[in-house]
Amino acid sequence: MASENTKREKAVKIDYLTRVEGEGGVYVRSEGGELREVKINIFEPPRFFEAFLRGRSFQEVPDITARICGICPVAYQMSAVHALEAALEVTPSAEIRALRRLLYCGEWIESHALHIYMLNGPDFLGYESVVSMAADHPQEVERALRLKKIGNRLLAILGGRSVHPVSVCVGGFYKVPRRKELESLNEDLLWALEASKETLSFVSRLPFPNYAPDYEFVSVAHPNEYPMNERRIVSSKGVDIAPEDFERVYLEKQVDHSTALYSGRADNGSSYFVGPLARINLNMDKLMPEALAAARSCGVSWPCRNPYMGIVARAVELIHVCEEALAIIEAYREPASSRAEFKVHAGEGCAATEAPRGLLYHRYRINDQGLVELARIIPPTAQNYHRMEDDLRAILPGVLDQPEAQIAQACEKLIRTYDPCISCSTHFVKLRLERG
Amino acid sequence: MPPDARPKLAVFKFSSCDGCQLSLLNLEDELLSLVGEVDIAYFLEARSQMLPGPYDVSLVEGSITTAEDEKRIQEVRKDSKYLITIGACATAGGIQALRNWQDVGEFTRAVYPTPSYIHTLAQSTPISYHVAVEFEVDGCPINKAQLLEVITALLVGRQPHLPGQSVCMDCKRRGTVCVMVARGLPCLGPLTQTGCGAICPAYNRGCYGCFGPLEDPNSDSWSHQVLKDGMQRADLVRLLRGFTGFAEAFRSASDKWEKN
Repeated sequence: MASENTKREKAVKIDYLTRVEGEGGVYVRSEGGELREVKINIFEPPRFFEAFLRGRSFQEVPDITARICGICPVAYQMSAVHALEAALEVTPSAEIRALRRLLYCGEWIESHALHIYMLNGPDFLGYESVVSMAADHPQEVERALRLKKIGNRLLAILGGRSVHPVSVCVGGFYKVPRRKELESLNEDLLWALEASKETLSFVSRLPFPNYAPDYEFVSVAHPNEYPMNERRIVSSKGVDIAPEDFERVYLEKQVDHSTALYSGRADNGSSYFVGPLARINLNMDKLMPEALAAARSCGVSWPCRNPYMGIVARAVELIHVCEEALAIIEAYREPASSRAEFKVHAGEGCAATEAPRGLLYHRYRINDQGLVELARIIPPTAQNYHRMEDDLRAILPGVLDQPEAQIAQACEKLIRTYDPCISCSTHFVKLRLERG
Repeated sequence: MPPDARPKLAVFKFSSCDGCQLSLLNLEDELLSLVGEVDIAYFLEARSQMLPGPYDVSLVEGSITTAEDEKRIQEVRKDSKYLITIGACATAGGIQALRNWQDVGEFTRAVYPTPSYIHTLAQSTPISYHVAVEFEVDGCPINKAQLLEVITALLVGRQPHLPGQSVCMDCKRRGTVCVMVARGLPCLGPLTQTGCGAICPAYNRGCYGCFGPLEDPNSDSWSHQVLKDGMQRADLVRLLRGFTGFAEAFRSASDKWEKN
């Protein structure tokens, strides 16, 4: 952080946003105490996934797109395989669908535990990191580490390893687990279910700022399931569309201060919000029974429009995924075949699934050799980025008279509630504040 | 050891997915003892505290793809006693090195509506192309046990021990039937360093080279075998040009088969 003063303007910089995935900053300019400009700068270098995917075989796509994000590789694998299966007109079996949800449960446990306790939690408790938090809150930190480990173990059983698992393919899995292997997780998942309830009671007692704008919440929705792998896309402002209509309703554009692209409503350019809060607000009745009961009794009234309470939504979802993982394992029978058979042909398809941090959209066109001709990827952070700037514009006037360190802290705290993944959105953050 | 005597550890990120630095946080059983032994002085993803260098050990993730990063890695080098690259991006250029065979201007136009806003280098290059590196940890992602071994070795002042054999050795150890011999699947295992534990063949698929080439792989002999098993040349070139495709041995082999 640094400050630059001119006659009329004053500038503060946060060079690097911390406790987020990837690199970016914030620029704020005020004049005579009035807020003039807010920009989230993403300086994560561009990696050009959509360009080099062209000419690669469709079956390489889940492995390659996983490398967009080391925190949520499964999300990239899931959106990729669903989009490619739409292009190839493949319908995986019910058993494969369930195993994919189970894999996703592992990633949600690992990613939510990381965000709640290690990235966002320290903000509410006044620590600079989980390292400094550990001395005063050893129980919480131990709980976080064990939760994360259990999520990672589930990922490793299904996918060989937790970061960039190797088992997912178009049509299903290269290999499905034995029932015994999955049953070995039961004891851990039962512990994780109780630990998730303790997590919810811990986070719902945190001090939350009062701020609840009129967001447009957007998420995947399914008639019988909590949103994860499919099917439609809905919003709190009445949108209810098939994934094929997503790019018509929500546009991605580019701004000069960023290597990420920037999403908004196509009709009026307004921002929208994806992530755990959006998912619960739009799909609360689909939560598993214990998660639903815990959400209703935790002291938060739903729908909840306070972004700081995203941490509460994550804790509710932690309960949900532990319950769902246990239910999937209970019902699991090893399928006769690990993947659907299909003939490769030219086609185009898209899909949206729910990464831990929000809706992730992929679209691909492939030729009759199965080679990618076009790839389009819209990550959750790119969609939330516009909304984060709107939020900063709303909260900054209330803190502009404070010392620079407090202003910076307020910006970072708000941004971290979104669990931004800047590595993903590159295709994100630094605070620079100028005030006069 | 009193806290002020702990060696200072820093983690730096360049062009990457964050998965390798996440491996440090994924050391769930060892993390709390590790922070007792080392002072995590700079690690943006995990903490807001940023202590200035010099650092005893710097872990560097990611490849160099921008002019700013070309300068930044020089600063990291000056501030670091031991500079350790972690992962396929830092060690071999990463999957984003696929641009090295293409026109980056066209790539920018393909992804960004206003390409003039984007500033990037024509090539994605490993850290060792820019500065001296004390040790390289391979993998996409790295194996967290190998990361722990390297940090531990440096703390006690010995050479880190990482395996230098092929993935095949680990297939034999875990009792996986060879997917190339038994099923004719193209598998990069015979050319690739182990470190992953030979997971792909155990999941009924060929290795795709995450841990990079062995020191002296026989890529000619391997290529002839997979072509004989029915692989198309274009598919062979693609398999070699994966997450560690810009590493010398894989690069020269893919270039050769592309020209032939």
